[in-house]
Amino acid sequence: MCLALPAKIVALEGEDMAVVALEGVKKSVSIALIEDTQVGDYVLVHVGYALHKVSEEEAERTLAIMAEAGVLTEEVRESLGEAS
Amino acid sequence: MKYITEFRQKDVSANLARAIAQEVQPDRTYRIMEFCGGHTHAIFRYGVQDLMPANFEFIHGPGCPVCVLPIRRLDDAIELAENHDVILCSYGDMMRVPGTKQNSLLKAKARGADVRMVYSTLDALKIAADNPTKQVVFFAIGFETTTPPTAVAVKKAKEAGLSNFSVFSNHVLTPAAVGAILDTPGTPDEPPVELDGFLGPSHVSTIIGTRPYEAAAQTYKKPVVITGFEPLDVMMAALMIVRQINEGRHEVENQYTRVVTADGNKKAQALVAEVFELRDSFEWRGLGQIPNSALKLRDSFADFDAEKRFDIAPKQSREVKSCECPAILRGTKGPLDCKLFGKTCTPETPYGSCMVSSEGACAAYYSYGRFRADQSEGKVA
Repeated sequence: MCLALPAKIVALEGEDMAVVALEGVKKSVSIALIEDTQVGDYVLVHVGYALHKVSEEEAERTLAIMAEAGVLTEEVRESLGEAS
Repeated sequence: MKYITEFRQKDVSANLARAIAQEVQPDRTYRIMEFCGGHTHAIFRYGVQDLMPANFEFIHGPGCPVCVLPIRRLDDAIELAENHDVILCSYGDMMRVPGTKQNSLLKAKARGADVRMVYSTLDALKIAADNPTKQVVFFAIGFETTTPPTAVAVKKAKEAGLSNFSVFSNHVLTPAAVGAILDTPGTPDEPPVELDGFLGPSHVSTIIGTRPYEAAAQTYKKPVVITGFEPLDVMMAALMIVRQINEGRHEVENQYTRVVTADGNKKAQALVAEVFELRDSFEWRGLGQIPNSALKLRDSFADFDAEKRFDIAPKQSREVKSCECPAILRGTKGPLDCKLFGKTCTPETPYGSCMVSSEGACAAYYSYGRFRADQSEGKVA
């Protein structure tokens, strides 16, 4: 019920609607809940509505933190003299 | 798939697992409730629990809207479909959920009721526009994620003068449920669930933001980490919550920053506030009556309220006695504690909502086969 997928906006239509593409599938969704929508934006799609834009900057930051968590762990392991 | 594949990388999950294993303190347990069924399914589908240290346990929460809908409201929807000459539009998740005496919307449809599965509220509006001589009722269920699309539909119906469209609102609010779980006193047979923290809702939080959880975090002194539904999101949130617990903090932290902000989606919030208002109280399956936990249409939209338009008969709704869905939703029992699980109750022949919904805990255990391994080892997961 709360499941939603990130999809790319490929065209804007009239009346608060836009076409999104995900893995080659295109679908018309409502953009009535979001603002300043541009072609190329990624949006989170749920029951035919875009709920929120996806922030590329924040996604990259999160991935970097995740990678760093592992790297820090490697450093700790090395400092303990364990083989990685 | 952008924003999906990156958050499922195996090597990163191994590193996160190692970081968690190093940081957990061996002399304590970490009992963390993942609020959403979407989290439960990610945990089982990707084997996240198997990557966690033995003293870190996921407790499955009530965040499955289909599951927490009380049977009486489903019986009401079936009555609307069968006895009031309407077209009842429902999301697919609800169609097979068993009501009293294993009745369901799908069975009502088989008996001739006009029940239609829709993907979006916009589909329900189109059905109303295409069938001007019929009453069309949208069976609205779901948390804050799903409420704004209902609000848009109600507003559009009013603007278009679609007088044959109405909404049977069962929209509920997640922060209220977090408090209710922590307030449940328990009984001698069923001690209250002991929790050290929460993984907070993903897509609910895109709408409401992170602030609404702060009261619960402070009042109950439990850390909350809002996180996404991909396996790396859940694991990073697990690491963040372990750190909070180790440091004695109980804050609301946001792991899911790519779509969740502190304020949430203000445009969606304004639409919901324009169309809906709080109910004094609403029944949740498993959690009972919770004050201020659900929404009804405002008086200015009363013409579109199915509860006002139709005279829905009071009824004696009943749970299946041996079904443990209510205790599973409270987090006090797991699917394997239910005598029906995997025997009489399967996704093909569900006795309880937790086995039907794609977000239900029983469906997660059954679909990803964990219960077989656990049973062969003679232990309860």
